[in-house]
Amino acid sequence: MKALICIGHVPDTTSKVKFTDEDTKFDTTDIQYIVGPYEELALTRLLDLKDAGTDMHITAVNVGSVETEATLRKALAMGADEAIRINAEPTDAAFVAKQIAEVFKKGEYDVVVTGKESIDYNGGQTEGMIAEFLGLPSVSGASLFEIDGDKVKLEQEIEGGKQVLEASFPFVVSAGKGFAVEPRIPNMRGIMMARRKSLEVVEPVDQNNMTEVIKHYLPEAKPECKLVSPDNVEELVRLLHEEAKAI
Amino acid sequence: MAVLIYTENYDGKFKKSSYELVSYGTEIANQQGTEAVAVTIGNVEEAVLKELGNYGAKKAVKVLNDELKDFSAQAYTAAIEQVAKNNSADVIIFGNNPSGRAIAPRLAVRMNAGLVAGAVAAPSSLSPFTVKKRAYSGKAFADVVVNSDIKVITLSQNSYKIVEKSTYIEVEDFKAEISEGAYAVKPIEVVKSSGKLSVTDADILVSAGRGLKAADNWGMIEEMADILGAGISCSRPVSDLGWRPHDEHVGQTGKVVAPNLYIAIGISGAVQHLAGVNGSKIIVCINTDADAPFFEAADYGIVGDAFEVVPKLNEAFKKFIQES
Ligand SMILES: Cc1cc2nc3c(=O)[nH]c(=O)nc-3n(C[C@H](O)[C@H](O)[C@H](O)COP(=O)(O)OP(=O)(O)OC[C@H]3O[C@@H](n4cnc5c(N)ncnc54)[C@H](O)[C@@H]3O)c2cc1C
Repeated sequence: MKALICIGHVPDTTSKVKFTDEDTKFDTTDIQYIVGPYEELALTRLLDLKDAGTDMHITAVNVGSVETEATLRKALAMGADEAIRINAEPTDAAFVAKQIAEVFKKGEYDVVVTGKESIDYNGGQTEGMIAEFLGLPSVSGASLFEIDGDKVKLEQEIEGGKQVLEASFPFVVSAGKGFAVEPRIPNMRGIMMARRKSLEVVEPVDQNNMTEVIKHYLPEAKPECKLVSPDNVEELVRLLHEEAKAI
Repeated sequence: MAVLIYTENYDGKFKKSSYELVSYGTEIANQQGTEAVAVTIGNVEEAVLKELGNYGAKKAVKVLNDELKDFSAQAYTAAIEQVAKNNSADVIIFGNNPSGRAIAPRLAVRMNAGLVAGAVAAPSSLSPFTVKKRAYSGKAFADVVVNSDIKVITLSQNSYKIVEKSTYIEVEDFKAEISEGAYAVKPIEVVKSSGKLSVTDADILVSAGRGLKAADNWGMIEEMADILGAGISCSRPVSDLGWRPHDEHVGQTGKVVAPNLYIAIGISGAVQHLAGVNGSKIIVCINTDADAPFFEAADYGIVGDAFEVVPKLNEAFKKFIQES
């Protein structure tokens, strides 16, 4: 099985979010970049399947400038077999999805795996868009991915419950919570080996940007928390009713 | 031109979130001088469909195909695309929920449309078409300009108020063309969550964390939820430890919620937890540690031991409900 896994290059979850250039750009000063948390789960699951004996070749792919190579190297250190960087700014979800769809076609992969959403723009769009560009079925926010011969068993959240599905290759899936339990942490050996693995750079194809972020805002500062004494919980009930109108 | 709103039904009924979507779609239709059309897939009684008129929809389209009994992103996209084209829809709206997130990106590519995922407000401008969305897991917002003629939007739950606006509504049945390949991923089974109020639907959430120390200490939390008619959620370690089911876990890697009232008990308020709850209108924090980060995000707080505070608070809530 040849899997193409999309690796998001996102600010560490604890990053302080700030903007520059009149709030048009994300301020990268002092920001640590990481593999997106859902992509970590996705890659971990593929590696677990490989360790359990599934024949699997894993290619990590990212659309980004040269800075994202460090993040792709982390994916290689976790255990991906090779990496591809598509040399372009990831300006818009449709643009990114189109690039990945092209790589998929050229490489004759069996499955594209993405994370459920990135933690910067929280779009959750690439999986569905890649699938549509390729005319393939898609499963969003899967919480289970089990391979049995040439069939795959999946679960996806739907409103009010979950759906159990059976897929055959090729298809596109995004990983949600439950895809894997604990993300893998690269060990020393993985980090050493990652240096010798192939990281190919390819040029993008044309695709119009459909959307453009023009301004960012931080949420309004919250007024200070009103503290109520633990001996006077009735006061909290009163405040919630009269002041906050929440009950 | 029209604004098309996908209103998902659950066994023939709509939830509050559908009325929120119709209200939102109606606002955009008003801005544009067009009409709001709702579409739903599956069997819904006419009287139920007509309720969508109470929120401004001029038309409700019911897609009747038997083949669409089970959810399939591909097949549902095909059906909605046909309804969109029939109605010359230029704005198409979904909830930012599992089905909306599965269909919207596919539809956007098919219709050559730009997509704004997780919108939190009506467009601030129609030309250029500009919508505000949630970004950085709730730590920021972004204004997004959509350049294409057709626009697809998924609306964050609880971010737009329901507006009643009684409108004459026309009801239309529609049969979509669904190709055989549309169920290439075969649904085997649907597992419904238990009958309880789902975490994302609840107006009030009582949430508890590792501070509660053990699974058997949740009785007082369940009692509070009972008294307030609230849902229950929890922090990630609580579900990882198996104290509570996984579908109650909220946060960056769990569910994103935005209730009117979020009561956090014995939860520290780590950024990854806040990422899922910072859209709540009012936040109450109960924690022994006065320096717990949650107090910075909270509107009201009690520094105290949950095992003492919660039973007292339950009595006070009970008394308030009886008297009001
Ligand atoms: C990539 C990533 C993603 C994550 N995603 C999520 C997520 O989606 N959701 C999530 O919740 N976490 C998430 N986490 C974990 C998060 O960082 C925190 O570890 C977690 O939220 C802590 O849960 P907690 O507050 O219940 O427990 P703790 O951190 O153990 O805090 C317990 C709190 O209870 C208080 N307490 C103790 N005893 C009492 C008492 N008797 N009465 C009152 N208060 C008491 C303590 O003062 C403390 O503040 C994620 C972490 C990572 C790295």
